[in-house]
Amino acid sequence: MAAYRSAAGFQRVLHAVKHVCFKQRCGVIICRYSTVIEPNDKTFDKILIANRGEIACRVIKTCRKMGIKTVAVHSDVDSSAVHVKMADEAVCVGPAPTSKSYLNMDAIMNAIKLTGAQAVHPGYGFLSENKEFAKRLAAEGVTFIGPDTHAIQAMGDKIESKLIAKAAKVNTIPGFDGVVKDAEEAVKIAGEIGYPVMIKASAGGGGKGMRIAWNDEETREGFRFSSQEAASSFGDDRLLIEKFIDNPRHIEIQVLADKHGNALWLNERECSIQRRNQKVVEEAPSTFLDPDTRRKMGEQAVSLAKAVKYSSAGTVEFLVDSKKNFYFLEMNTRLQVEHPITECITGLDLVEQMIRIAKGNKLQHKQSDIPINGWAIESRVYAEDPYKSFGLPSIGRLSQYQEPLDLDNVRVDSGIQEGSDISIYYDPMISKLVTYGKTREEALKKMEEALDNYVVRGVTHNIPLLREIIVHPRFVSGDISTKFLPEVYPDGFKGHMLTAGERQELLATAAALYTAAQLRSQRFLGDLRVSCVPAESSDWELCVELEKSVHMLGVSRSGNKYTVEIDGEKVQVSGEWNLASALLSVTINGKHRTLQCLSRTAAGEIILQYLGTSFKLRVLSKLAASLSKHMPEKVPEDTSSILRSPMPGSVVAVSVKPGDTVAEGQEICVIEAMKMQNSMTAAKTAKVKSVHCKAGDTVGEGDLLVELE
Amino acid sequence: MATYKLMRSSLGLLNGLKCPFKCVGQTQYGVFTQSKVLQNARCYSSSHMSVQERIEQKRQAALTGGGQLRIAAQHKRGKLTARERVELLLDADSFVEYDMFVEHRCSDFGMEADQNKYPGDSVVTGQGRINGRLVYVFSQDFTVFGGSLSGAHAQKICKIMDQAMLVGAPVIGLNDSGGARIQEGVESLAGYADIFLRNVMASGVVPQISLIMGPCAGGAVYSPALTDFTFMVKDTSYLFITGPDVVKSVTNEDVTQEELGGAKTHTAVSGVAHRAFENDIDALLNLRDFFNFLPLSNKDSAPVVECHDPRDRLVPGLDTVVPFESTKAYDMLDIVHGIVDEREFFEIMPNYAKNIVVGFARMNGRTVGIVGNQPKVASGCLDINSSVKGARFVRFCDAFNIPIITFVDVPGFLPGTAQEYGGIIRHGAKLLYAFAEATVPKITVITRKAYGGAYDVMSSKHLRGDVNYAWPTAEVAVMGAKGAVQIIFRGKQNQAEAEAEYVEKFANPFPAAVRGFVDDIIQPSTTRRRICRDLEVLASKKQTNPCFRAFHNSICG
Repeated sequence: MAAYRSAAGFQRVLHAVKHVCFKQRCGVIICRYSTVIEPNDKTFDKILIANRGEIACRVIKTCRKMGIKTVAVHSDVDSSAVHVKMADEAVCVGPAPTSKSYLNMDAIMNAIKLTGAQAVHPGYGFLSENKEFAKRLAAEGVTFIGPDTHAIQAMGDKIESKLIAKAAKVNTIPGFDGVVKDAEEAVKIAGEIGYPVMIKASAGGGGKGMRIAWNDEETREGFRFSSQEAASSFGDDRLLIEKFIDNPRHIEIQVLADKHGNALWLNERECSIQRRNQKVVEEAPSTFLDPDTRRKMGEQAVSLAKAVKYSSAGTVEFLVDSKKNFYFLEMNTRLQVEHPITECITGLDLVEQMIRIAKGNKLQHKQSDIPINGWAIESRVYAEDPYKSFGLPSIGRLSQYQEPLDLDNVRVDSGIQEGSDISIYYDPMISKLVTYGKTREEALKKMEEALDNYVVRGVTHNIPLLREIIVHPRFVSGDISTKFLPEVYPDGFKGHMLTAGERQELLATAAALYTAAQLRSQRFLGDLRVSCVPAESSDWELCVELEKSVHMLGVSRSGNKYTVEIDGEKVQVSGEWNLASALLSVTINGKHRTLQCLSRTAAGEIILQYLGTSFKLRVLSKLAASLSKHMPEKVPEDTSSILRSPMPGSVVAVSVKPGDTVAEGQEICVIEAMKMQNSMTAAKTAKVKSVHCKAGDTVGEGDLLVELE
Repeated sequence: MATYKLMRSSLGLLNGLKCPFKCVGQTQYGVFTQSKVLQNARCYSSSHMSVQERIEQKRQAALTGGGQLRIAAQHKRGKLTARERVELLLDADSFVEYDMFVEHRCSDFGMEADQNKYPGDSVVTGQGRINGRLVYVFSQDFTVFGGSLSGAHAQKICKIMDQAMLVGAPVIGLNDSGGARIQEGVESLAGYADIFLRNVMASGVVPQISLIMGPCAGGAVYSPALTDFTFMVKDTSYLFITGPDVVKSVTNEDVTQEELGGAKTHTAVSGVAHRAFENDIDALLNLRDFFNFLPLSNKDSAPVVECHDPRDRLVPGLDTVVPFESTKAYDMLDIVHGIVDEREFFEIMPNYAKNIVVGFARMNGRTVGIVGNQPKVASGCLDINSSVKGARFVRFCDAFNIPIITFVDVPGFLPGTAQEYGGIIRHGAKLLYAFAEATVPKITVITRKAYGGAYDVMSSKHLRGDVNYAWPTAEVAVMGAKGAVQIIFRGKQNQAEAEAEYVEKFANPFPAAVRGFVDDIIQPSTTRRRICRDLEVLASKKQTNPCFRAFHNSICG
């Protein structure tokens, strides 16, 4: 630690001059920010982190560097979680459901008393924007690491925040601000504003509870859903309806303000790639902003922060239209999930700054000190199935887990490890994968590599989607909006579409892997009873099936190098062929590729993750392939008349009963998972045969809900 | 004897009543007449031919079995022919066929006619290699008299079994037979018995594997039942004593073939079959894979293959696999997959008595047998079915020099009248006997509960466990806190306090560790590394039992 301190001191000197890429190995995580310790700063002795997962770990890391003791709080199921292990002390605050643990203010207040923590870092989500919590802390004389209650309250209320923004001369979205009482009032308001409109919970942050309506019918539906969700997530069913800006970009400005009236803007983050209004891929800076727009946005953000006497780190979100008009969306009075990319390009440790500011220290930097150095991209790796609505939550145990930390310029913020459970109780985020480069191109290349080298097994994850987004020509050229995903994948995400060349690479790798495995299974050590009569052959004829097409391949081997002949073309594949490794690092025709072998069965089925997407191949000997035509076709069950739960969750409502006739697309029931309500609809017009669930049931993925005739 | 009677009576039923095999036979005859032209063409006067030509002609005839039409019919059913199966199962060009010229000797019912004689009769036999290792194989040919078992058919099988025992190599049977050759009467029955006797004599000497790839009924079922492992092909194979028609006439039950004796029934309900595969190809390729786990005979050590998985690999996931609450279930397979080489585990009976997990895996390349209580199913308790499942597996491992690794999380034996009336005492004793008797290296890891008699049973130190570990989450005691407190502190007021005291004393690995009943308390993530090291040490273990039986069989009770 001492050694580190001196290094940090040295860093500080350089810091004002230019951004310094400072890599710090903290445990296994590489960070890309410098925690610059000011020797004269006042600081805390002990901080309690009222959060879990990656953000709790992130805060603890900075605390450790600053020499501050940490207290973790956790629910009982989290008792062996990473953040608990990392903290100096840990207090259990209740059972798994968040309302009984991480949102349980009494228990957290007790934990503070018990451990004598002087301050609380709330992370994001949970109690981070809860003014009640901030008040209770203040009453106990404990510092809340964030803005004061007034700012939380003012910015937390969507209506009030707009009024303040308007007064502070911040551009705001045209539309109607008001509390909505019922569906018909919602329709009336929507009519006045003009479609499309956006309906969301006043109390909700991010995209949660937000629906877009294009007509009266959708407005009613959106009203119903949003108010339900608002009630269940925030205990407050007030809603907001406003003009929806078509084809917008979501660009936000990070601000940092101290308690002495100083405020800075730390440049922007572009968060346009979203699904269901939740961010998926973020980058800093944005390809879209010119220095002038950036400055204007930054200045408005700072003026808003000053208007509410903001202190700590905060984010002012803007919608930016194609003409670079920007409109204030909301201000998040907390540390954002995507803060690492700002840290990467500015070199600041935002958590450290928040702690310093909370203690009453002045900002260390002037606006002119804030650089944009290089480019950073963040991919949110989620435990969710990207093939269902760009991501429906999945749960499970991380049977194998390996972060790509041996690569340079890669930062992974995670709060899980191999063996961790992704449960229905909490956010399904696995980690934030951040890559950095001198240019955007470099950062993107690195992201490709990092995603290919990221081993996540045991839960369904969204790496296939992330890997596709970052190489999509529209994304690469910067032509994005919040509608990117539905526009690029109008029929839903289907995984990577192989080009002819990629197809060959994949076939060749599978054939070589199969052959390597076959050869190994003939190698018995020290067994004298193994026949050595047939010399190890060096040529094989294989039949490989991929996406319903069958290919005859010729394989020949010399050492670790396989030559695979596909339709007259030769593909060379070489590698170590370590059959135990999760990663399959090969060179195909001189090009280096990292694949992952997800499974390999005795019957020749090989599942390879290639370019992010997993592909199922079947490799058979020529003989077995020729005989497989005799094998009976097994018919899978007809799914159009069966409605199964696409994810684990709980049934909120069932709208049909046996004997009802439902139209195609009609809602059958509503499943809530990870705080999202999902409407299950009929796949065809039919009579309901039987209903297998009722409101309040907990269902698993694939559980039968309703049968149609 | 009882078995034989049962068999005889069932065969009697076969002959006397309408049953599926007879039906099979009838259709067979139908096909016959259709193909008579073909047959005749084959059987022109032989006296004018040279011996060489006759050999060639017979060989050709043997290779086509029951003829093209019946081969097509076999394919249409989704099944491969006997020869295609052998070819797929064995290494390319390694099959050496025996008795290609053997023909049946029946002269009744017109069977003596030339067109009713098929060189090789209704089974293909011989030896070959699987990944270079010797194996004896017989494959019943359904295209010849529905694969029915004649005296000659049985004789061919016996020949390869005798030789397999002589040289010490496994026997694989690919069963696809309508049953006894009714025309041959008692000769066919004698043939079954000859095979049964050899199955028993070979038990514990060479591994015997049956793969049921078509019908197998009546007396025929007892050969697979006497072998070490019985695998089935889904949808196309059946095993039963009597078919649905007989069942209907005797017990008035309506049941389909599939329900009565299909793969699902036998892998999940009866426990007759050890595993089922999708189709012929899937089954044969999996069998090749499975074969690599087995030693060739009881005189050979467990095979060692090249291993890419580091033997000292840490498994961080294991540190969190046992849940915080001791009443919560977890999947024992998570532990098994984490520890063994390359997460590869060939589970035996995955759908039967799921409260115990058994199967083969490798540690640093060497085959090991894994036994584990499965907390996910019935809390991992021992009951009749799981005891019998475990016992048979342990005996197999012991007979064939395969080290046994046991993962213990057992709350005890399942109580209740169903279990007691079913003879849990008698069946539970089998598992106890098997573990106690085993002289192969035995390594035991107590992951959580090891309660009561079940603690003793699960390869405890007291049953000559070579290395017994406990994880920090282990609780070794006579029973759980609640029950214990009710007995120890009967009538005492403060039960909760007493329970806490009991938990403090017993719900941890120390009572066992201070007595040396576990050798060490280990960090779960280091388990793989420890076991690999121990297996190396134990490789030279030699132990004999006082009642010295050089080798015992792999089936018990």
